[in-house]
Amino acid sequence: MPAADQAALSLSAAFFRQFLRHGKTLAASPSDLLNPLLFFFMVVTLFPLGLGPDPERLSQMAPGILWVVALLASLMVSGKLFASDFEDGSLEQLCLAPHPLAILALAEVFAHWLGTGFLLALVSPLFAVMVGLPTQALPVLVVSLLLGSLCLTLIGAVGSALTVSIRRGGLLLSLIIIPLHVPVLIFGSSAVVEATRDGNVASWLALLAALALASLALAPLAIGAALRISLDNG
Amino acid sequence: MSLLAATNVAIERGDRTLLRGVSLRIEAGELWQLVGPNGVGKSSLMRALAGLARLGVEGAIQCNASTLFIGHSAALKRALTPLDNLRLHPACDTPVEDEQIRHALSAVSLAGYESVPVGALSAGQQRRVALARLCITPARLWFLDEPFTALDNAGCHWLEQQIAGHVASGGAVLFTSHQQSRFGAQQHDLDLARYASR
Repeated sequence: MPAADQAALSLSAAFFRQFLRHGKTLAASPSDLLNPLLFFFMVVTLFPLGLGPDPERLSQMAPGILWVVALLASLMVSGKLFASDFEDGSLEQLCLAPHPLAILALAEVFAHWLGTGFLLALVSPLFAVMVGLPTQALPVLVVSLLLGSLCLTLIGAVGSALTVSIRRGGLLLSLIIIPLHVPVLIFGSSAVVEATRDGNVASWLALLAALALASLALAPLAIGAALRISLDNG
Repeated sequence: MSLLAATNVAIERGDRTLLRGVSLRIEAGELWQLVGPNGVGKSSLMRALAGLARLGVEGAIQCNASTLFIGHSAALKRALTPLDNLRLHPACDTPVEDEQIRHALSAVSLAGYESVPVGALSAGQQRRVALARLCITPARLWFLDEPFTALDNAGCHWLEQQIAGHVASGGAVLFTSHQQSRFGAQQHDLDLARYASR
């Protein structure tokens, strides 16, 4: 309870402050932002070398390749999401804040997503051209990756919150979240495949959007609870 | 009404009971030190009282005041400046003016370091940044876990004054330190060795 004469910080201000804190930390270490992009670039360039330079076949496989690599890039960074907060004691302070932990954690996840998934979705057309994805499918690829990466990041954040107090929790994290990533992968790549055939894109994107909204509503609660458990163990 | 009332608290860690039957009542204007040998459970008890740990904590803990907790880890982001670290601190529940932060930083003799990343400061200086929150916070009840660690003599002196001033103005402080009776007759001791269950 703050003293009566002191105006308490509103929830939105607290959300913005936490967003800024995480965003500034990310911006101060550009390698964390560049790593997933570099990973995406490297793996996508390896596929034509491994599969042979047949453009027909490559463009057929392009939606799957792009989506799987995006998923792996998201998986790679999601483990780091709360790690530094746990190590430097920020998580304790976050728990003591008068605002709901779920909301403050969501601010952090959102900043993380802007720096990773959002950025990746925006530059994905560059990589898509490299594997010969038909140009008419590019807008759908960007939209599906925007929605999908939001899902992947939120689900990954739940796993990260659960495993943050465990040393070398990386494998456990993958085991927990990969099954949850599967529907996102299926809906996302199906949307892009349909777009290459001028088929029914809208229904797949609608499913993806539904998943995004559902995880936006439910994941913060799970993240908050998981962070408290991790803190109790730590 | 007391600021903190804990009755019959027991702390378990893993399958081991650390402490049993701890009761503590902190009134406004009181200064308490948790004393006891290493590993007796000073930090665990403090985390439980501050509301950080709930697993393995039994008994009633009632807190009637706004609190501030500064633990072993300073909750500072190494990449951010002291100014940003304090301005964006997650546990602060009131808006903070930049002027207040600059004032607090000069109080801990860190004027001129406002825009140096915290990672580039020494351990003692990082401690000072964390403790600068004491000048900003409106909290009445302070939990300070080993606050004197890594501080030089001047820093310890400043912190003692800060704690004494807070207590004199109607606040309350619970702290741990390996040095006994820093505040002489002014402080109350809670010797945890009496509650240890071995």
